Amino acid sequence: MHCNVRRREFLTISAASLGGLLSYSLDGKICRFAAEHKPIRIPLRFFSKTEALIVSAAVSRIFPSDDSGPGAREAGVAIYIDRQLAGPYGRDRYRYTQPPFENAPPEFGYQGQATPREIYRDGLKSLTGFHLLPPERQDTALHQIASTHFFALLRRHTIEGMFADPIHGGNAGMIGWQLIGFPGPRMNNSDDIDKHYGEGFRPKPAGLAEVTGSTIRPSEDE
Amino acid sequence: MKALPHVDVVIVGAGWTGLLTAKELGSRTSLSIVVLERGAAHSPTEYANGMDELEHSIHFRMMQDLSLETVTIRHSTNDRAYPVRQHGSFLPGTGVGGAGEHWSAVFPRFLPDAFELYSRTVEKYGAARLPEDHALRDWGVTYDALEPYYMRAENLLGISGKAGNIRGEKIAGGNIFEGWRSAEYPTPPTKVPYFSELFRQAVNSLGHHPYPVPAATTSTLYTNPDGITRPGCTYCGFCETFGCMIGAKSQPTNTLLPIINKRKNVSIRTGATVLRIVHDSSLNRGKSRGVTYVDSNGQEFFQPAELIFLASWTLNNTRLLLLSKIGEAYDPITGRGTVGRNLTHQVMLTAATAFFEKPLNRFMGSGATGIMFNDFDGDVFDHTNLPFLRGGAFRGVSARSLPIGECDVLPKSVKAMWGSEWKKAVLHYYDRTGRITFIGDHLAYKSNYLDLDPTYKDHWGDPLLRLTIDWRDNERKMAEFATQKAVEIAHAMGAKEINPGVPLTHYDASRYQSSHVQGGAIMGTSPDHSVVNPYLQHWQTPNLFILGASSFPQNAAANPTPTILAQALRTADAIVDRYLKNPTALV
Repeated sequence: MHCNVRRREFLTISAASLGGLLSYSLDGKICRFAAEHKPIRIPLRFFSKTEALIVSAAVSRIFPSDDSGPGAREAGVAIYIDRQLAGPYGRDRYRYTQPPFENAPPEFGYQGQATPREIYRDGLKSLTGFHLLPPERQDTALHQIASTHFFALLRRHTIEGMFADPIHGGNAGMIGWQLIGFPGPRMNNSDDIDKHYGEGFRPKPAGLAEVTGSTIRPSEDE
Repeated sequence: MKALPHVDVVIVGAGWTGLLTAKELGSRTSLSIVVLERGAAHSPTEYANGMDELEHSIHFRMMQDLSLETVTIRHSTNDRAYPVRQHGSFLPGTGVGGAGEHWSAVFPRFLPDAFELYSRTVEKYGAARLPEDHALRDWGVTYDALEPYYMRAENLLGISGKAGNIRGEKIAGGNIFEGWRSAEYPTPPTKVPYFSELFRQAVNSLGHHPYPVPAATTSTLYTNPDGITRPGCTYCGFCETFGCMIGAKSQPTNTLLPIINKRKNVSIRTGATVLRIVHDSSLNRGKSRGVTYVDSNGQEFFQPAELIFLASWTLNNTRLLLLSKIGEAYDPITGRGTVGRNLTHQVMLTAATAFFEKPLNRFMGSGATGIMFNDFDGDVFDHTNLPFLRGGAFRGVSARSLPIGECDVLPKSVKAMWGSEWKKAVLHYYDRTGRITFIGDHLAYKSNYLDLDPTYKDHWGDPLLRLTIDWRDNERKMAEFATQKAVEIAHAMGAKEINPGVPLTHYDASRYQSSHVQGGAIMGTSPDHSVVNPYLQHWQTPNLFILGASSFPQNAAANPTPTILAQALRTADAIVDRYLKNPTALV
């Protein structure tokens, strides 16, 4: 039983990035953070601590914190990716994985044998020390791998981690939804759908657990 | 293999057609009926707790499990085929309710001339206008014969809309190009979101004829002829790829299952993957004896039955015929054989993406909430001087607006793919982006067809189905025409920037288009070129009926479900009224 238990590692992020501390933003306006920086340690499921720091740094260059508002670091995108890779998606539970694997034109979709876990493990080797670089050199490093399948996955997962329901570990405090003006799973828009023509209608966002009042167990927790 | 007690009827598949047949035969007769469904049942709380884009629209929780079974695709007989390893150009459903649980619920009828496509086209334009390699066919059933069944299906599902042609009288505000209807839609149109209102005004200003999309996301509380009551749509926006959390979207589980569950003569077995149709092999007077299936524990069963329905979606219907060696497999070189011929998809594309200055509040909507027009559909417009035949409808609908899938749709002027500039574009454009969708005909060709793959196998060791499919100039030129029209509309809508649709080149198996795949077991007036007769009854095996869009000789532009349901109702009537009294060929 004990032989498979991995040394437990953690990613430490600031409490401000875990939500509840953001003021609600109207469309186009910048989220304002409450000034609290108590660190929180989140156990990692797949990445080593160094890998998590590299991924966190890389997704922060893809979807950065800047004058338009917070980004992937504050949203906890690295936590989201860690959980996805640890779960059934990471091991290709959903994909047809019978051989032979052949090189195909792009219109036939990804035909490779490597699972998302393997693609990350391999791809992260090309980013050794990435988290220690200054931002400009980080961007250069990402430009160098921009045409790889690993980077395409990293970019796609950054979008998912920004905008998926917070139950999946990203989009902390619904940062992503607030940035774009998406309210989450809002059950009833009957009174509003044919109104607000030409003006942003921005109900306060709520995640699935809050809307349904139930504990939702995401598939990556299986 | 364990042999089970004999039943009167076995139905393969618990989607729209399977459960509709179970409901009709189960409530109008005392026949013992077993429905075999490979997937699972859905629980009542599942859909409310499932308003999660990642699980449903990205990981496709409700779709067929491709790790067990998929298809392969190639462009021509000269190419090798690759397996569909992750969901791509279409999304097969699974589980009780099938794809009918997570559909968009757009509910248009086909144009009357679609059913006589070959003869009407030749009559008007001459045989020389037909594309080389075409395999166009008349259906063997007419719009007039189907009209009462369309009406029954619309009343069953509580379709919302505005009629444009009641018994020949044209009505402004509805689709004046539609075939005659015996009555108005059972419920009024859905509400109109801002983007769709902009679309309506622009289409009007260009002299076309916009009308509300006919929707099975019912607009208001509705009780159907079976006494089933469903609430009105709340426009939550979690529609296509989701089950409806309140049951406003008509789905097999909320429209048919409550009736079926009251009938002791009908049972549904889930986790039952059908492997073969067991039949006597004499070619001309065959008889099916039942089906074999494997349950979720891997145990094999033989389920004997008197009457068998294949209702397992277009592709699986055809695959089961091929695996069971019922009928002659189609050979595109010799033209012999019928099983697998006339594979079509649909020319479904974003003909223009429009970017606006003002926000659209696009999180509000449903899969079928919006405006469409048909001035360039079918043969509504003259094709004498056009480089293609047929056409399609244009839609402006606030669907597919969830952020993971849509936030990266940006104007061409945005060159960055990541970093601050890209992020700012994502933030700005997410709620300022609208799609003008074109839904056009895919004609049938001799070399677009289905057979069994020689290399790849499913979880149970059976060969996968292989699709050989590519676009021809008719589709490419139609798409080009549609793109020009859509760009015109986007300009008239006041778009600040417009991305014209991507030209059709070769069939893209990785880009979702629609789940409207047709053919393989087509209907017709002669066993020489079709698998089933106009009652969807197998020509050589009269106790085998094959339901669904596998029977369509070619795609007919509009969404297929209304026609599929109308045909299944017509078949159910023919069985109750005629076949049960004299179980033989209906034609």
